[in-house]
Amino acid sequence: MRKLINVTINGVEYELGVKPNLTLLDLLRYEVGLTGTKKGCETGECGACTVILDGKPVTSCLVLAVQANGKKILTIEGLEKDGNLHPIQQAFVDKGAIQCGFCTSGMILSAKHLLEQNPSPSEAEIRKSISGNLCRCTGYQKIVQAIISVPGRTEK
Amino acid sequence: MKKDPKDQLSNYEYQFIGKPVPRHDAWDKVFGRTKYADDFDMPGMLFGKVLRSSYPAAKILSIDTSGAEKMPGVAAVLTAKDVPNNETVTRFGQTHQVGGFEGLYRVLADKKVRFMGEAVALVAAETEEIAEEALARIKVEYEQLPGVFDPLEAMNPDAYQVGEGDSNIICNYQVRKGDVKEGFSRSHVVVENTYRVPFVEHAFLEPESGIAWIDDSEIITIRVSTQVIEHFRDVADVLGIPHNKVRVIAPMVGGGFGSKEDITVETFLALLTWKTGKPVKMTWTREGSIISSSKRHPYVMKYKTGATRDGKLMAMEAQLISDAGAHVYLSPWVLLYSTVDATGPYDIPNVKVDSYTVLTNNTFTSANRGFGAPQVCFAYESQMDELARRLSLSPLEIRKRNYLRKGDALATGRVLEYGVETEKTAIKALEALGEPSMPSSPTEKIGQGLASGMMSYGRMTFLHDTSRSYVGIELDGSVTVRCGVQDIGGGQASSLASIAAEILGVPMEEIKVFIGDTALTPIAGTTTATRMLYMSGNATLKAATEVKKSLLPKAAEMLEASPEDLVFRDKKVFVRGAPARAIPLADVVKACAADGVQLYNVAQFNAPFRELIDFKTGQGQVFPDFTFGSHAVEVAVDTETGKVRVLKLVACYDVGQAINPLSAEGQIEGGALYGLGYALTEEVILDKGITLTPSFSEYLVPTSVDAPHVKTIMLESRDGAGPFGAKGIGEPSCNSIAPAVANAVANAIGARILDLPLTPEKILRSLQKL
Repeated sequence: MRKLINVTINGVEYELGVKPNLTLLDLLRYEVGLTGTKKGCETGECGACTVILDGKPVTSCLVLAVQANGKKILTIEGLEKDGNLHPIQQAFVDKGAIQCGFCTSGMILSAKHLLEQNPSPSEAEIRKSISGNLCRCTGYQKIVQAIISVPGRTEK
Repeated sequence: MKKDPKDQLSNYEYQFIGKPVPRHDAWDKVFGRTKYADDFDMPGMLFGKVLRSSYPAAKILSIDTSGAEKMPGVAAVLTAKDVPNNETVTRFGQTHQVGGFEGLYRVLADKKVRFMGEAVALVAAETEEIAEEALARIKVEYEQLPGVFDPLEAMNPDAYQVGEGDSNIICNYQVRKGDVKEGFSRSHVVVENTYRVPFVEHAFLEPESGIAWIDDSEIITIRVSTQVIEHFRDVADVLGIPHNKVRVIAPMVGGGFGSKEDITVETFLALLTWKTGKPVKMTWTREGSIISSSKRHPYVMKYKTGATRDGKLMAMEAQLISDAGAHVYLSPWVLLYSTVDATGPYDIPNVKVDSYTVLTNNTFTSANRGFGAPQVCFAYESQMDELARRLSLSPLEIRKRNYLRKGDALATGRVLEYGVETEKTAIKALEALGEPSMPSSPTEKIGQGLASGMMSYGRMTFLHDTSRSYVGIELDGSVTVRCGVQDIGGGQASSLASIAAEILGVPMEEIKVFIGDTALTPIAGTTTATRMLYMSGNATLKAATEVKKSLLPKAAEMLEASPEDLVFRDKKVFVRGAPARAIPLADVVKACAADGVQLYNVAQFNAPFRELIDFKTGQGQVFPDFTFGSHAVEVAVDTETGKVRVLKLVACYDVGQAINPLSAEGQIEGGALYGLGYALTEEVILDKGITLTPSFSEYLVPTSVDAPHVKTIMLESRDGAGPFGAKGIGEPSCNSIAPAVANAVANAIGARILDLPLTPEKILRSLQKL
């Protein structure tokens, strides 16, 4: 039995019939084809599936698709504008914050939410805000430096 | 043997090499466009699942698959009897039929299960739900067996036999140099300790995944997250079909750290697609990954080290025992690394090493970043600090009196012919660490620690390792590189672009590197053993240089200059000292094409080829070269809670030549945290073969708030065996962190902990507070 839901993903409205047990993560990846959101653990521990749901970061593996009914979702694919990188994406490229890239989408979305809430976070605040996003490659340092370097961030 | 980089570039300043530039794969990754293994579907594909054993040691009495087979939507149910060659003895990742070791790989358990999580049956079905339900309907009747879970017990002749042989001991090496008895008799201080290190999970973020299909020319094609596309040979052998009927494609890999060096989903996918004729996809859950994939080897290491009053090492005796888990895989190779590295970067006149790797009914162990080097580094560097303490020497001083230098020989007789800058790395690391901080509370104690290490780059020389790369220049002056590398996140592909860009004077963005496809890219070997830059970098350098050479005569003719005076830069060719006398590179290429000049080259690079060492004495050359470095750390230990905070961390390595300093630094920072997890929190806990840590809630990978700031100091001796004098850094970067932390903790609390990880519980015990 499928449930009909209406969601806005990256500004595009969708009407979708989904199984009640389908996660938002699987909806994005396998029904809508937005594979930039990654599946790393399916238990909310790694943060690779982080998306922004009505302005808040969530691990989309722990959200059911039906819970997203009527809501707005932002994924990594919705961040660029006309092929131009978002300043956070540009900072990740410039600072070498990317190795295997599997945590990158979730990291960037967590960072985006942080900078919206707090345009001038301290390093400690940055580290705390991405502490739900595991990265096994970088040691986090270049990721933190990238977020620090985003234009518009003011020193505290 | 030493290469002079000037030979390659006529003493002209590098334009790309050594410059921190974004990696060419960074853009797709920030856009979320990179298609990893699980991001790729095929029309009409089935979903594959694995039934895993319920016991770590048991006889399989019967398997009844009829219930699963009857389910609508189930396309195939396979057990060992359906696998043409279920028990292949394969030589993992080797390209030559040489070598004294064989990794026993069993596709599906047959008659007996050896570890909890071992694959027993496979299912392919139309949906994941149906596949899952089908697994539940397979009835396996087991008779539980006692099993053996401690490698020391497993060594007893009357121990439970994990495999079918008559001993659980897979192999034993010995190193013999001088006379240790004599050495100890001439030592004023002898330190004896037994060290233990745990199972470690790789914890890459991308679980094992792949999709297989049969293409329109009947080729079994597998697109898989792997470090070794050359497993196409093993897959073909399992199916009993010619090697050229299997194609493996490696997309960008979401982290490997050694675990994707062994076969993961490849054979399962090939079998299921071969049986059903349909595309099949398989992605493991995190729990499935942790319980069934390889782990880092736990070791028990008995070390006895003696030194004179002035701190000169006289003798070292070590017994190393590693837990191979339930199947052989790469355990003998990992053990050989540990055996050769057992002395560390020190000159010791009398050495005796006896090493063993032993089967148990634990999860199998195999490659993990460091490949046997970090285990012994923890032991030999703890020993050095204990000797220093007993002799009232500083940790740096005792090391300085014993470091190997260029031209010295290892205990195995191998003379170090490339740069050895260990002493410099230790001095610089300690300098950067600075004065100890003040404790932030009365219960806190501050300690500083130093550790040095050595680890090889490039595979073992008896494997006769080779790599090849294609470099071609197009008519518009853009460049195509084809090289069968697997990019696991270290910038393996991007470094090839840097090299081609440097030689041909073409910007990075106009270089396209095609990687990881056994049908289309020249075979470049494994992304393992910190070998890719060394091997494929050299092959690409050679190919690009040949392409440039073939363009030179025409360019010289067009510029009316001598070929040796020409510079390739910014897609132009000009006369040195007269940049105004320039012509577009594209014009030269077009003119060469019109003359029928070959515009591409496929070059092969061969590592040194050596024979197997003597296993009774350890004498011979095992590795092409080593990377040397040091870590210095400062910790704060809370003596009430036992919690360790790392306040400062300095990593100093001689990288030879950083091809892209941003990438090299990224390896050193990432390696530091990988090693820090080993030191402080990471341990796969097994209770009689059952994994108690099957998720990231129990298995504690460091997060951003656990990670200290890492200060990286890169030395560039330009004296490595890689391109432009580079050394390898991927694995060596995590080598000496754990002992540096252990030494810092010992310095803080005045007690030495001999087992990793250094948990609060162990610290409180050592303070006699528990």
